[in-house]
Amino acid sequence: MFQRLPDAGDATLSITIDGKSVPARAGDSVAATLLAAGIDHCRTTPVSGAPRAPYCMMGVCFECLVVIDGVGNRQGCLIPVRDGMAVQIQHGKRELER
Amino acid sequence: MSTSSDVDVAVIGGGLVGSAIAWGLAKIGQRVAVLDEGDIAFRASRGNFALVWVQSKGLGMPEYAGWTVRSSEAWGGFADALKAQTGIDVSHQRPGGFHLALSERELEQREQVLKRLHNQPAMQRYDWEIMDRERVRQALPQIGPGVVGASYCPLDGHVNSLRLFRALHTGMQQLGVTYLPNHTVDSIAHRNGAFIIRSAGGEVQSGKLVLAAGNGNARLGPMVGLDVPVRPQRGQIVVTEKVAPFLNYPVVTVRQTDEGGVMLGDSLEEAGFDPTVGTGVTSVIADRAVRMFPQLARLNVVRSWAALRVMTKDGFPIYDHSATCPGAFVATCHSGVTLAANHALALAPLIAAGHLPAEQFEVFSARRFHVPAVA
Amino acid sequence: MSTAPQLRDSYDVAIIGAGPAGMAAATVCAGAGLSTVLFDEQAAPGGQIYRAVGETPVRRASVLGNDYWYGERLVQVVRASAAHHVPGATVWSLSREREIGVSIDGAARLVQARRVIIATGALERPFPIPGWTLPGVMTAGAAQILLKSSGMIPQGRTVLAGCGPLLWLLAWQYLNAGAKLDAILDTTPRANRKTAWPLAAPFLLSPYFRKGLRLLLSVRRRVRVITDVNDLRAEGEGKLQTVVYRAGDGPETRLPADTLLLHQGVVPNVNLAMSVGIEHRWDDEQLCWTPVVDGFGGTAVDGIAIAGDGAGIAGAWAAEERGKLAALAAVRALKPDARREQLPDEARVRLALAQVARGRLFLDRLYRPADRFRLPEGDTLVCRCEEVSARQVVETVALGCTGPNQMKSFLRCGMGPCQGRLCGLTVTELIARARGVSPAEVGHYRLRPPVKPITLGELAAMPKSEAAIKAVVRG
Repeated sequence: MFQRLPDAGDATLSITIDGKSVPARAGDSVAATLLAAGIDHCRTTPVSGAPRAPYCMMGVCFECLVVIDGVGNRQGCLIPVRDGMAVQIQHGKRELER
Repeated sequence: MSTSSDVDVAVIGGGLVGSAIAWGLAKIGQRVAVLDEGDIAFRASRGNFALVWVQSKGLGMPEYAGWTVRSSEAWGGFADALKAQTGIDVSHQRPGGFHLALSERELEQREQVLKRLHNQPAMQRYDWEIMDRERVRQALPQIGPGVVGASYCPLDGHVNSLRLFRALHTGMQQLGVTYLPNHTVDSIAHRNGAFIIRSAGGEVQSGKLVLAAGNGNARLGPMVGLDVPVRPQRGQIVVTEKVAPFLNYPVVTVRQTDEGGVMLGDSLEEAGFDPTVGTGVTSVIADRAVRMFPQLARLNVVRSWAALRVMTKDGFPIYDHSATCPGAFVATCHSGVTLAANHALALAPLIAAGHLPAEQFEVFSARRFHVPAVA
Repeated sequence: MSTAPQLRDSYDVAIIGAGPAGMAAATVCAGAGLSTVLFDEQAAPGGQIYRAVGETPVRRASVLGNDYWYGERLVQVVRASAAHHVPGATVWSLSREREIGVSIDGAARLVQARRVIIATGALERPFPIPGWTLPGVMTAGAAQILLKSSGMIPQGRTVLAGCGPLLWLLAWQYLNAGAKLDAILDTTPRANRKTAWPLAAPFLLSPYFRKGLRLLLSVRRRVRVITDVNDLRAEGEGKLQTVVYRAGDGPETRLPADTLLLHQGVVPNVNLAMSVGIEHRWDDEQLCWTPVVDGFGGTAVDGIAIAGDGAGIAGAWAAEERGKLAALAAVRALKPDARREQLPDEARVRLALAQVARGRLFLDRLYRPADRFRLPEGDTLVCRCEEVSARQVVETVALGCTGPNQMKSFLRCGMGPCQGRLCGLTVTELIARARGVSPAEVGHYRLRPPVKPITLGELAAMPKSEAAIKAVVRG
């Protein structure tokens, strides 16, 4: 559960998380945006289906894997948000895209 | 210095070959010790592709084809026995396997090899077929436009080889095998019918000896009157992140494990004892895989590794027993997964009985390599 | 340096990582006239300590503190230099012949360099407590990144736990920003005070002391601090709901929580260096692997040096000085006639390094994490990627497994995408304790490229020699 500081600049962009629109700030990572949007977990593991969320925010833990614009296993903390981006919670193993 | 004088068989090497033999020996009541190296060692087993593979093996030695088919048939029972004993399911699957061709020339060459293989006198024949692109697509709908066809053999399959490794070690422990890591062997002597093995970790004595030390056999063999002309041959493997199941059949260079990752191979390099991964080779591996299954292009590689196969001049195994040191055996091959069933269930009892019957094993002896020595 | 110039196929010097060490090294090399490329995975230079210092949305300087803003100058200087800074560049391989595999915008390519300086810094030491994989549990470093890069602070009930200066720094920054902290659970072992005390004198004379003391007192005035925490776990259904702890001889206490921020020090980020085959030694003082380097960060691999925390944890100021030393060595090797006025004076750099090193041993000793928080038990996960527990690791040692590489084969730990960054130290130490030997004897994971993921498509597009093709396509 994270919130933006009042003087942190406006979240003028928007992305969707599992189809639901949330505000996003230019320059934020996808992972930060998910946390600000209050998601409980960003994926469930391919091994046991356990829920996971971002842990290190610097690209070394690989917990923040999400589906972005149809492509799975993307590290949300290393990818800046783009207006209109479609993010999905990844369930289990990555799906092989068509 | 510890000594063990109550060991029936000492197996040198705890990889897939050594473990399968040791397990098989222990299962029939032999008292076994396995001497293994430490955490960093060449370990050809690490380079396995987990295939239980039959098609195209044995061109030049039809007996090897027969040996392979036998192991493939016995594998199901072997997997069941391991599961019954240890509770570990090694996920043995035998849906048949494919060897994909990326050009007409490749497909023709493949057909030629298989025809020649099956035309060998004394060849134990089995089903195989050359499939055109359309038939391959029915089984493997994701193939790319570059795939022109394939050879298919219903006897081919694969297994979770890491779980196999764990099952063998767990099984060995349960059967009372003494597993001795950090026991790299320095010397072996043969006195009064016993083998005295000196290693970094201590001394072991046993009634019989099995050399299953991969490329290390070349050094150890002469100590007990065995010639084991093997050399390292590097192979590299690339593995992807876990993906939802999409590949229902193993392809000889592309297989999806039951954990979801896709393994890609394979390569052959004469690089001595250098197990370094090179971008060039992994790139070619990746390129061919992507041409076979274009959807793979977007998957992330999570690791790659290289291992040193144990290779003989003709590529066929060496099974031998020593004439000068009775009770000493050697077993080496580069298909440790496929042959694991035979090693555990067919070879181990023969070793326990003390000798390898000539009709069956003469063909696998290293004597086949002996040409008049050139000084 | 406004529009991005074309990336060349080769440079005199390639620097990997744009933290203080990398930035300092790039500035020196470029200043001496060497063609220099600075690869960095993040969108802007600064590394982790000076993360987003050029564009942080946290406008009030007092929130993050002067030590953070010091980084702004380093960034300005490197941007003004002739060094080619390449952001968003993930280095996935480095060969002994100094060929770098780098992925930019989803396309991989190879760049050759005559000298390479690895400046990949540090990462958080794993903190494997029961429940550490629950959503809502993060590292203090992650919290700092959210603050610096995105101006975000936690909402709801927030607990900090662990030990080390960074934990106090985060708390201080949070309080400055107006965040509410429910508690700080200090896991610094009581016994550490005894072992640290003999080294107090240099620390008291060091720049860290006054700064640290001010910070600590300021935080303790405003937040509830529980010391001598010797048991800690995170609980919840599907996400963090409760932090459970025990302090001293006290009873088990339950704290409702939405966010738990863990920290027990940082350790070198060794994956790239290890994948090149650079020898690493077990450092029993810092309880981690550090590379074997000379006084200029040079390794046994010709032309490859390591600077900054990646060469051993010593902090941001030391990283800057070590970056200069590695750069000096590169300049001397490639341009021996470079004008001395263009270069930092070695003696002064070493003096500065000695000054900032003073007092660190005290901090290392004082904040040495407890065994119980480095060596988990039972069902606590050790390998997060493959979900392997401590119990499984210990049971496999009993099966005869002697080291982490065999452990990989038995249990798959270390085979996930993080490549052991979050489990390697734990696995080594667990095996060492189970076997009754030192971690040095147990060893570490063997690492190979790619050390960061690249796609098969990217890999497939790499150059292929005739020999490589022949090795794979065998008719």
